[in-house]
Amino acid sequence: MSGPVIQLDHIAKVYRSGEVEVHAVRRATLDIQRGEFVAIMGSSGSGKSTLMNILGCLDRPTGGRYLLDGVNVAELSRAQLATLRNLKLGFVFQSFHLLARTTALENVELPMFYSKPLIPLRTQRKRAIEALKKVGLGDRLGHRPSQLSGGQQQRIAIARALVNEPELVLADEPTGNLDSRTSIGIMGFFQELNDTGITIVMVTHELDIASYCKRIIVMRDGLVISDTPNESRRNAGEERLKLDTAEQNANLA
Amino acid sequence: MFNFLQSLILRPLLSSMIALRALRRNKLRSVLTALGIIIGVCSVVVMVSVGNGAQVRIETEVSSLGQNLLIVFAGNRRSGGVNSGLGSASRITLEDAHALKREIPDIAGLSPEVSTNAQAIANGKNWSTTISGQAPDFTTIRNWKIAGGTMFSEREVRSAAKVAVIGSKTANELFGPVNPIGKSVRIKNTPFVIIGLFESKGAGMGGQNQDDQIVIPYTTAMKRLTGDKYPRLLSIQVVSADRMETARQQITSLLRQRHRLAPDDVNDFNIFDQKELSDKVASISGIITTLLGAIAGMSLLVGGIGIMNIMLVSVTERTREIGIRVAVGAQAGDILMQFLIESITLSLLGGTIGVLAGVGISKAVSLFADFQAVISPGSVILAFSVSFAIGVFFGFYPARKAAKLDPIDALRYE
Repeated sequence: MSGPVIQLDHIAKVYRSGEVEVHAVRRATLDIQRGEFVAIMGSSGSGKSTLMNILGCLDRPTGGRYLLDGVNVAELSRAQLATLRNLKLGFVFQSFHLLARTTALENVELPMFYSKPLIPLRTQRKRAIEALKKVGLGDRLGHRPSQLSGGQQQRIAIARALVNEPELVLADEPTGNLDSRTSIGIMGFFQELNDTGITIVMVTHELDIASYCKRIIVMRDGLVISDTPNESRRNAGEERLKLDTAEQNANLA
Repeated sequence: MFNFLQSLILRPLLSSMIALRALRRNKLRSVLTALGIIIGVCSVVVMVSVGNGAQVRIETEVSSLGQNLLIVFAGNRRSGGVNSGLGSASRITLEDAHALKREIPDIAGLSPEVSTNAQAIANGKNWSTTISGQAPDFTTIRNWKIAGGTMFSEREVRSAAKVAVIGSKTANELFGPVNPIGKSVRIKNTPFVIIGLFESKGAGMGGQNQDDQIVIPYTTAMKRLTGDKYPRLLSIQVVSADRMETARQQITSLLRQRHRLAPDDVNDFNIFDQKELSDKVASISGIITTLLGAIAGMSLLVGGIGIMNIMLVSVTERTREIGIRVAVGAQAGDILMQFLIESITLSLLGGTIGVLAGVGISKAVSLFADFQAVISPGSVILAFSVSFAIGVFFGFYPARKAAKLDPIDALRYE
């Protein structure tokens, strides 16, 4: 298919807490094409996370129309949404959301457990190992999240998001819990992924993280207030070099 | 077809794998939870098998008293109510006994009984024992076997001979290992010749030793020892179990006729059926077994509630895990299955260990108690399937709670 991966048409989300109505997202209308790398920015309470949940089919909008890969999500049952998440979407969360006391390998296998049609266990294992190798954790298969650093844990989460070869990767503040050096590493991964053609939508409130993306959408009070291509896109590899040089200089001084 | 196979076999298999991993991660908790079921199942199996064993033991004991046994004894005189006529003194006479044996063909054996306790002296020792006056039929009626010598005969009864057949315990007390047959024993200054020795039967109900007795002809006992004119009771053996009721009626009508009772008079004698006793005993021990089983079943229920409790805690504790699973594409059914299988696994694990422990304890009880616990396959299968049902029943609510969780709330849960 050649149409946009995501088409939002006047999407709204209203929370009702007692008498008060909270408009988390208002009239969001935008298309995201295949191969894009989009950052959704905004301060907390701007509605960016709610929009993300709607994009991830974890939450349903209260108004408007959302077509994912041309399919109207509102018409799908809970079970069909689960299948959609399983096969077309990959999630990366701020707090990693890995299963504790479970090995890296088993964590990456998790989405394939629920795939339909069923994936043979041997294939599951093989694909999980490949995905972990791709994120540079081929030698950490049997480690548990508690035995790994934050950056390594987030790379397991990325491997898990990729293992079912999704159309779209959704990342919610993926670097929020990481130091700047590790953040650059993670952004480098996303850039490499994007280069292979995978569409990525990322929520962040940090401008320098957003600057690695190709397009930046800014939200405030539930409204999309700007949607512009990122002219001065940074490259994670170069930034890494710059950081290394800066540190060396600091050491010399 | 393949899809069908997948959803029927492979899916649950995968869910079991996830469930087993979760249980393995919390070993101590899993074992403690299963412990409730282990104790429940174990106590059901033990209670029922020990109860059954005791029942079998009691039944064999009752039947060792004698087969198809009726006991006739004089009734109490009615005080108040209808005034009994002249000559209706409540007695069973020897003439009654002879008439019964002569006129009722269903009677296979009859023994008038008198008994007393007395000091038996022999071999320079003395021993207080039960002296029982009986007819020769006594051996067949009460199921006694002769280990040595013979039982006395009808002729010895008629001549009130001073002969005795001695119980194994009494023989041992008076003579030790020496063969008592042919020896003399003095009871209340009357010398008796020992002509026979009973085979041992072991302790009877209520702990009294059946082997501690000396049996002599009832005529001799009445004349020499007790001075009774009437037997205490008549032990009667009926030819077969299905003739018991007829025999009973015939005995009743013959005794009423001989005692000249008017049609509206109540019986001045009682007929006691050994089968009634054994039925009663069997039903009582059956009730006790059921009761014990029910109490044990209660503990199974408590174990089930324990499982539900832990599963609910586990669902709450793993809310985020559920959120992650749902986010990566688990269906509500997958989550339901995972938690249901966890609880079923716990209860089946408990059931298996419980059955093994129950069988072990039953065997141990058999070693120490003087009866064999009877492990019925029924109780094992019941306990096992009940524990499975408990897993399903008490696991369903927490599992459904898990499956219904909203993915966003679940992911945000701290």
